[in-house]
Amino acid sequence: MQSSIWNWGYFWDVFPTVVGDGLLITLQATVYGSVIAYVLGLVLALLRRSPIAVVRVVVWAIIEFIRSTPLLVQIFFLFFVFPDFGIKFDALTTGVIALGLHYATYAAEVYRAGIEAVPPGQWEAATALSLPRSRTWIAVILPQAIPRVLPALGNYTISMLKETPLLLTIGVVDIAGAAFQAGSAAFRYVEPITIAGILFLVLSYSASLLVRWLERRVGTVH
Amino acid sequence: MIRFEDVVKRFGDHVVLDGLNFTVAPGEFVTLIGPSGSGKTTILRLLMTLEQVTSGLIHVGGDYLSHMRRGDKLVPADEKYQRQVRKRIGMVFQQFNLFPNMNVLGNLTEAPIRSLGLSRSEAEARAHELLDLVGLTDKVDAHPTQLSGGQQQRVAIARALAMRPDVLLLDEVTSALDPELVAGVLALLKDIASSTDITFLCVTHEMGFAKDVSDRVMMFDAGQIVEDGPPDKIFSEPDHDRTKAFLSAVLNRG
Repeated sequence: MQSSIWNWGYFWDVFPTVVGDGLLITLQATVYGSVIAYVLGLVLALLRRSPIAVVRVVVWAIIEFIRSTPLLVQIFFLFFVFPDFGIKFDALTTGVIALGLHYATYAAEVYRAGIEAVPPGQWEAATALSLPRSRTWIAVILPQAIPRVLPALGNYTISMLKETPLLLTIGVVDIAGAAFQAGSAAFRYVEPITIAGILFLVLSYSASLLVRWLERRVGTVH
Repeated sequence: MIRFEDVVKRFGDHVVLDGLNFTVAPGEFVTLIGPSGSGKTTILRLLMTLEQVTSGLIHVGGDYLSHMRRGDKLVPADEKYQRQVRKRIGMVFQQFNLFPNMNVLGNLTEAPIRSLGLSRSEAEARAHELLDLVGLTDKVDAHPTQLSGGQQQRVAIARALAMRPDVLLLDEVTSALDPELVAGVLALLKDIASSTDITFLCVTHEMGFAKDVSDRVMMFDAGQIVEDGPPDKIFSEPDHDRTKAFLSAVLNRG
């Protein structure tokens, strides 16, 4: 049965292209972006607690600025500004940096909540034992703060996954990009875009199941 | 061993300690009693450097704790200086404050290794000795969540002793325990007090314990020492009305 709205033959024809070309890029962007966001976010959270006022204010300003401007604008900004400084990253790398930077500011907030949820008695016991500051953080505070915030970080990864199509604008061919390319080649968009939608649904839903499992294991901090 | 010189501690507008002066000799066991808010816990927290004095001087073991020498002047002590003097002082808390992400051995060895510089084997040997002392040798691999309140507090005591402090501060250490576990912890503390040279400063509502173990009792009210003397005197024939009122209220309840 041929219909002008939906064509199953075409659907299965174009399926491998969309998945093959796009899936790997989407996953790379999400995973690398998340790693940058988790690590940089912790650094930012720790700097926000610096005893030096200038450091605290500067870091606060950077975080507020990045959180208050659209991710798309930031992606463009890095893409067009990097070459002016002689930095030659490919589009995917630039996109990953933009995603990582943007989500690091949200992660910093999450880490802050996790650190503040550690009971003050823990800090006092560490002082009573004269533990060096670095040891207090590494051995007592962070091991209690981080597990509790992993579900919240996981949710940000899922958000990031759904924002990766923004990288289309700088020429990165992810799942959405592959779908558009396939669609414009045959002048039929419905099927490829549906495939893209299904893929995102599957990835997103599996990730949310993982996050829910994590929540049950370690509890949540918002 | 300990000397408070005109110590004032203010939290915003609220003056908790107002020109406090007292000394504690080495090896003495001093109990602080008095109503809540009288400043007893603040004294312990100042000694443990959990708070800083608003003005006045604190000396421990002949050295300044609250201040340090810079040239020929005295300035408020910085963290680095305090960390050195602080090593001679240990504290046991009402809420135990064991590290939940480590087992008992980890809790006992962390500070001796990282703060005192002991090797792992030395720290573990010391930990086993102390677990023996507090009667918990079989719990060496347990996690704090698996222990009863009394057991956690005994681990906390062992953890403080692992630092071989000159001064041990006890902040209402049995107040959060089930009544039937209190006696065990108090007996342990009495044992430690009589078998070591440690100077003790103890805030407690356990009057029987105070009478039995202390060399000296100080009655506090509104940031001032109302009365200071041996337990026999304070508990049987106090001089001051405030002390009499407090003791009759506390000893006659229940």
